[in-house]
Amino acid sequence: MGFDVLLKGSNMSRLLGGLGISLEISLISVVISIVLGVGVGMLMTVNNRAVKAVTRVYLEIVRIMPQMVLLFIVYFGATKAMGLNLSAEASAIIVFSFWGVAEMADLVRGSLLSIPVIQYESSKALGFSKLQTYIYIIIPQIVRRMIPLSINLITRMIKTTSLVMMIGIVEVLKVGQQIIEANRKSSPNAAFGVFATIFILYFLACWPISCLSKYLEKKWS
Amino acid sequence: MGEILTLKNVSKSFDDLVVLDNVDLSVNKGEVVVIIGPSGCGKSTLLRCINGLEDIQDGTISYEGDVGMVFQSYDLFPHKTILQNLTLAPVKVKKRNKAEVNKEALELLERVGLLSKKDNYPRQLSGGQKQRVAIVRALIMHPEVLLLDEITAALDPEMVREVLDVVLSLAKEGRTMIIVTHEMQFAKAVADRVVFIDGGSIVEEGTAKDIFENPRTDRLKRFLQTFSYEE
Repeated sequence: MGFDVLLKGSNMSRLLGGLGISLEISLISVVISIVLGVGVGMLMTVNNRAVKAVTRVYLEIVRIMPQMVLLFIVYFGATKAMGLNLSAEASAIIVFSFWGVAEMADLVRGSLLSIPVIQYESSKALGFSKLQTYIYIIIPQIVRRMIPLSINLITRMIKTTSLVMMIGIVEVLKVGQQIIEANRKSSPNAAFGVFATIFILYFLACWPISCLSKYLEKKWS
Repeated sequence: MGEILTLKNVSKSFDDLVVLDNVDLSVNKGEVVVIIGPSGCGKSTLLRCINGLEDIQDGTISYEGDVGMVFQSYDLFPHKTILQNLTLAPVKVKKRNKAEVNKEALELLERVGLLSKKDNYPRQLSGGQKQRVAIVRALIMHPEVLLLDEITAALDPEMVREVLDVVLSLAKEGRTMIIVTHEMQFAKAVADRVVFIDGGSIVEEGTAKDIFENPRTDRLKRFLQTFSYEE
């Protein structure tokens, strides 16, 4: 079946190393996305036409553009055109954060707007200050709404990191291809075993996150 | 019995629309004032101005102590249990002792027949039960004046009674309340004084008997007719 090739030499640990690169890029991007996304999302609820227009255009660009095109623009395009010396990893993190911040901001915006005005008013009527209202009433409700949605975004980001091999990053999928190529003669069936293993690795990375989301959703619904 | 709440020449407008026009109202300690009037006459806005949810453009509002308010729509905090809904504000805002607040909350829940729901979440309660909790949540802050803004308007008819019974019992124990309602029978039963507002100003006020049996102005007569049916 081609699984034997993974037992040869350091193949399995190279594959895991590749997965580590994928997870590292997604983890850094996710953290940036959450931090900046919360800020941009709050900005999106501000009643200002210019702010609304800019954030709207940003969100649409991210939605319309395939991530691969964004990767090419930043890594091959921007580095040349602007004379920047960006590593492939940095380019990938920029693109994934650009995407993640937009989606995260939209989730934050939606959650903020879904809190009924009466929640703010009854808090004020009970004597809570603005800050207390956010700390005890609004933010806990937003976090409960956000977590299942943002976990969905995180798993999508992890999966989409498979694209970064296109700009030369040796992540799990690329390592897999290299192993297959190197063993073409000795194990012609390696493709199935290697890709099946990569499938399982992605599953193992995303499944616990997805379980956590289901658990929290159930607990808070 | 002294005055506990006084409104002098209060005016409020949203842009060009005048919602309250020179309203004078004073409420004595222990008095129950019921405000009636057609939809959009400004009665809810009046309550919202009293507890500071709306700015006023002119006039003064003064009162002693705190003002508590219960709203038309269920406004319990959905992420907190019933008991936590009650204790959050006294502990965080008034910095009261948690054990003491807990004890008071349980006593109040027992009084409105909801002690068994203390660990439930608001979504597990009926509309009438939620409104009883909302009343208790206002009471536990020990307000001098309690404002009730159409608290039964969003309820199914069979749940109105259980909520109004709680309000009646509060009136009996001498609570000062200003109540906006469309339940005329309830207004008759609970009011020490009825105030009829139309077009943003007080048109007529008096005892429940005066207002409902001997309305003086045409506007009040017409308003009351909308609640009776000819056979």
